[in-house]
Amino acid sequence: MQKSELGTVRTLWRLVPFARRALGRISLGIIAAIAAHLVALSIPQFLQNLVNSLVDGGIDALLPAVGLILLLGVLEALFVLLRRWLVLTPGTFVEADMRNTLFAKLQDLPVAFHDRWPSGQLLSRAVADLGLIRRWLSFGIVLLIANFITLVVGLIILFTYNFYLGLIFTVASVPIWIVGFKFERKFGTIARLAQDQSGDLATRVEESVHGVRVLKSFGRGGFAADQFASQASELKTTEITKAKAIANIWLYLILIPEVALGLALFAGVWFAANDQMSVGTLVAFVATAMVLRWPTESLGFLLGMTLEAKTATTRFYEVLDEPDLIADPKSPKAIAEPKGLLEFHDVYFRYPDASVDSLDLINGVNLRLEPGQSVALIGLTGCGKSTLTALTTRLYEVSSGSITIDGVDIRELTRWDLRSQIAMAFEEATLFSSSVRDNVLLGSSEKSESDLKQAIEIAQAQFVYELPNGLDTAIGEEGLSLSGGQRQRLALARAVAANPRILVLDDPLSAVDVDTEAMVEEALRQVLTKTTALIVAHRPSTVMLADKVALMQDGKISAFGTHKELLASSAHYRHVITSLDEENKQREVNL
Amino acid sequence: MSLYGTNNEEKSDLNKEESRFIRQRSRKLLGSLLLPLRARLWLAVIMILFSTALRVAGPALIAVGIDWALPRAINNDLMPLWMVVGAYLLAAAVGAVTVYFFLTLTAKIAQAMLFDLRNRMFVHTQKLSVEFHERYTAGRVIARQTSDLESISELLSGGLSELVVGLTFMIFTAGALLVLDPISFLVLACALVPLLILTRWFQVNTNRGFRAQRVASATLIQNFVETMTGVRAVKAFRKEKDNERHFGGLVETYRKLNARLIQLFGIYDPGLILIGNATVAAVLLVGGFRVLEGTLGIGVLTAAILYARRFFDPMEQIAIFYNSYQSASSALEKISGVLQEEPSVPEPENPVVIHRAQGKVSFDSVHFQYATGDQVLKPFSLEIPAGQTIALVGTTGAGKSTLAKLISRFYDPTSGVVKLDDIDLRDITNSDLRREIVMVTQEAYLFTGSVAENIQLGKPGASMAEVEQAAKAVGAHDFILKLPNGYDTDVNKRGGRVSSGQRQLISFARAFLANPAVLILDEATSSLDIPSEAMVQKGLKTLLSGRTAVIIAHRLSTVAIADRVLVMEHGSIIEDGTPEQLVAAGGKFSRLYKAWRESLI
Repeated sequence: MQKSELGTVRTLWRLVPFARRALGRISLGIIAAIAAHLVALSIPQFLQNLVNSLVDGGIDALLPAVGLILLLGVLEALFVLLRRWLVLTPGTFVEADMRNTLFAKLQDLPVAFHDRWPSGQLLSRAVADLGLIRRWLSFGIVLLIANFITLVVGLIILFTYNFYLGLIFTVASVPIWIVGFKFERKFGTIARLAQDQSGDLATRVEESVHGVRVLKSFGRGGFAADQFASQASELKTTEITKAKAIANIWLYLILIPEVALGLALFAGVWFAANDQMSVGTLVAFVATAMVLRWPTESLGFLLGMTLEAKTATTRFYEVLDEPDLIADPKSPKAIAEPKGLLEFHDVYFRYPDASVDSLDLINGVNLRLEPGQSVALIGLTGCGKSTLTALTTRLYEVSSGSITIDGVDIRELTRWDLRSQIAMAFEEATLFSSSVRDNVLLGSSEKSESDLKQAIEIAQAQFVYELPNGLDTAIGEEGLSLSGGQRQRLALARAVAANPRILVLDDPLSAVDVDTEAMVEEALRQVLTKTTALIVAHRPSTVMLADKVALMQDGKISAFGTHKELLASSAHYRHVITSLDEENKQREVNL
Repeated sequence: MSLYGTNNEEKSDLNKEESRFIRQRSRKLLGSLLLPLRARLWLAVIMILFSTALRVAGPALIAVGIDWALPRAINNDLMPLWMVVGAYLLAAAVGAVTVYFFLTLTAKIAQAMLFDLRNRMFVHTQKLSVEFHERYTAGRVIARQTSDLESISELLSGGLSELVVGLTFMIFTAGALLVLDPISFLVLACALVPLLILTRWFQVNTNRGFRAQRVASATLIQNFVETMTGVRAVKAFRKEKDNERHFGGLVETYRKLNARLIQLFGIYDPGLILIGNATVAAVLLVGGFRVLEGTLGIGVLTAAILYARRFFDPMEQIAIFYNSYQSASSALEKISGVLQEEPSVPEPENPVVIHRAQGKVSFDSVHFQYATGDQVLKPFSLEIPAGQTIALVGTTGAGKSTLAKLISRFYDPTSGVVKLDDIDLRDITNSDLRREIVMVTQEAYLFTGSVAENIQLGKPGASMAEVEQAAKAVGAHDFILKLPNGYDTDVNKRGGRVSSGQRQLISFARAFLANPAVLILDEATSSLDIPSEAMVQKGLKTLLSGRTAVIIAHRLSTVAIADRVLVMEHGSIIEDGTPEQLVAAGGKFSRLYKAWRESLI
């Protein structure tokens, strides 16, 4: 993102790979646009003859001349039709293509990227920015080129009518270029600022809605509204500045051609009075100058659009240029006989934005999970347990050291392969807006009905059968809302249904009530006999599920053994797992 | 079928009465937005009339120049020429400057309206009850405040002023032609017939197309946001390829609808040019004969041609903005629906002022059911004396959270009264209520900003010392210091970097700082590890002294600090007493407690 700003042309040039398919038709469209303009420009020529013959009183010339003008008029409309037809559809394909590419890239980028970028910012790139680029490709660039050429040709015609008249008109029009250039610099910055601020405001709205319960329970709606208002007011100021820049360019775009025309009119009448020019030529001159008005005026608008397209392109490539730090290997290996042996060798990890003087969050973890073995990962809040689980599927990448499955470094597997070996359940259960069935079978390769039923049973998620449409009930954002515990159980069912070699569960039952938790654990036991499992746990009951316990402390595994062994040997383990302090224990005894 | 508020907002086949109802509602909203701006609005109207009149004067002055100043110039009388050119330049200059001020003024009006509307929406959605948010879903509330407001913004800042400029220009041009040469005006009037037919065809089709396109874009956006916010699960379960296919399908639908829409423009625009050119030719033909007869000046004919040609110039802009008008007005209709929703927990009209509550909470014959009729809490009465710590125990769906939400007035009871210090909650102002009663929920939502800012939410303006003290009290201080920037660490999107246990600690510190008389903890410690929970409970003991507390926890460790336990099942309180009493009584609690004891080490 720190790259030096590219120029407008070079930035827009980067659209070529996407626009390649459309370039042919766009070029033809430009030709059609020029043809339409030239036809429009030629009409005054015939008007000139007509007027001259009218002045001379020749009735014979009237009908053919009007007929010709009508014909040219029809021709102009046809060329415009052709231009539109040529240019419009390809633009939509480019837009769709870019949108799909952006989506794929975003899905491919590591989680660390998404931590940094609010979804509102990504959305404005995927929708508004790409729409802008499409409009620029099918209108902006076409009309910019066509109008410029028309302007040049038109000026030449004006010169041939009368050299001095043409000169006056041209010289008087020159300030437009200066104004346009100034506008280019000013507007680009302000347009980008407005886009960013509007994206930030959208993020603020999203948060206020998702966090509405917190704001309500603290009565901070007014406080949030004040913050929102000050942010909205910033956007308002920017938009007004932007509008002023536009109003300013309009001022000159209207004024300058009128002044040019007024001066030319003066000179023209004077020339006509001195018999240096016919009345017909004067009329034609005025008519031509009128035809040139739109190409002249529109240049500013098209320049503005070009700049916005440049901004949009820059923003698009901000994402696309992002290096994909967690990519598939060039020549991936495969695990011949998957057994489910998961090993951590000297694993270190720190978040890229961690302060320099802090220790690595994962500071040399060595751990070996035998095939079929289940290990509970225990440690204080924030000691890196969740991060360690995220490393196993390369949601984040180890800073140094390695993680292997059946002896193969996970970085040598394709991500697809790796993630089909390991299924995860997150504490924060993410459900997607689709049916219960689709949500549970998300990671399952066979999608069989029996897997589904079994997974639901193990996760004690039978409540889904009671939902309005049972397994086909739509859940998630636009569907039925479920409680935290219900969501967690579905997320667990999803991990189980994937039927993986290795199961990684990040505190999957924190929101589930005690009775249900006990039932889930009972059911989960069968699964764990044949699956390697790494389970982040806080509760003794969950620990009981596991064969072994790994205690995490200061970014390392400080103790490893059975629950009983650790209870006996590790004071820190007792501190972490033993509930309540002495005083409370006393009271419990009394109960 | 009621269309009040957000009911049936997706319904598209409205009958006359219904669409009148909705139009009236959104017109009323528009009126209320414009009311404070009416002086500026009138100024804008005057400006646009003035500047258009000046711009339309151009061709007429050219006519005067050719027919009046030219013959005199031939006779060496340059004065008329000077006058005409002077007038032309003056008209152009003043017209252009007025356009500048008009555009700036309308931008200010538009932005003031938008600002007003944005704030109203934000404040109103915050006022609406949790019940509304649950029913209407977050996605739709966000869409109303982002994409719908965006389409109104597009109309206001881009289109509306140009629409007005264009329409005025057309009317003035036609008027000028009528004065200058009525016969040419008649020719132009004939051209209005095909123009209106073409425009009508265009409007009907684009209107339909626009609706379909908006639905498609909403689906697209929703899918995109959901994928990005759930990207961890997407990756972990290898959904990328499926998602790409699905999203690709949505993109294609959107593209097709868009392309069809643009093609309509592709026919309309050349159609306009054709009509315009044919009109020019007709004016030329009719005018040419009269010039030959000597009844019409060349200059007037030139002006007539210019007027006839320029008349059609703004037409395409108008047609385009008619569309953004359509989408903006349907957006405004939906927004007006949300604004019509009344908070189901309204502010009292004659509030009872509370300076500092004792913290006594009572339920008098309270009964609660959802609007759908599902009974959640069976009729019951309950009194919680000030300062008592209550533990609510029971399985999921027993009604514990509902009871808590009644105390914090997220809902109002279906019948009966909930009171704080013997005052009906419905008689207490929101700000008093929220100062005295605070609820901490399991989700522990963190907002973009620093850790300190998130804690300060409990008491805006709290000093750093207070923030740290609160963090220390709940045992969050140590881990916060270990974060990259300590208290200034950005908690990132959805608290990405901070673990869920840490998030709960932060939101706990937030509650500590708020210092309420009644504190409700709804599963507020579920993600904490045991030492942190023990620490929080130690902090709780100091925090809860002299304070009423209702604690919901699936895990019974919380019971250790409770004075009294309520066991709930199927919407009723089935056991009520001190922990000791309940254990001795040998009921459900006693069983739960024994099971829990066994799970301990």
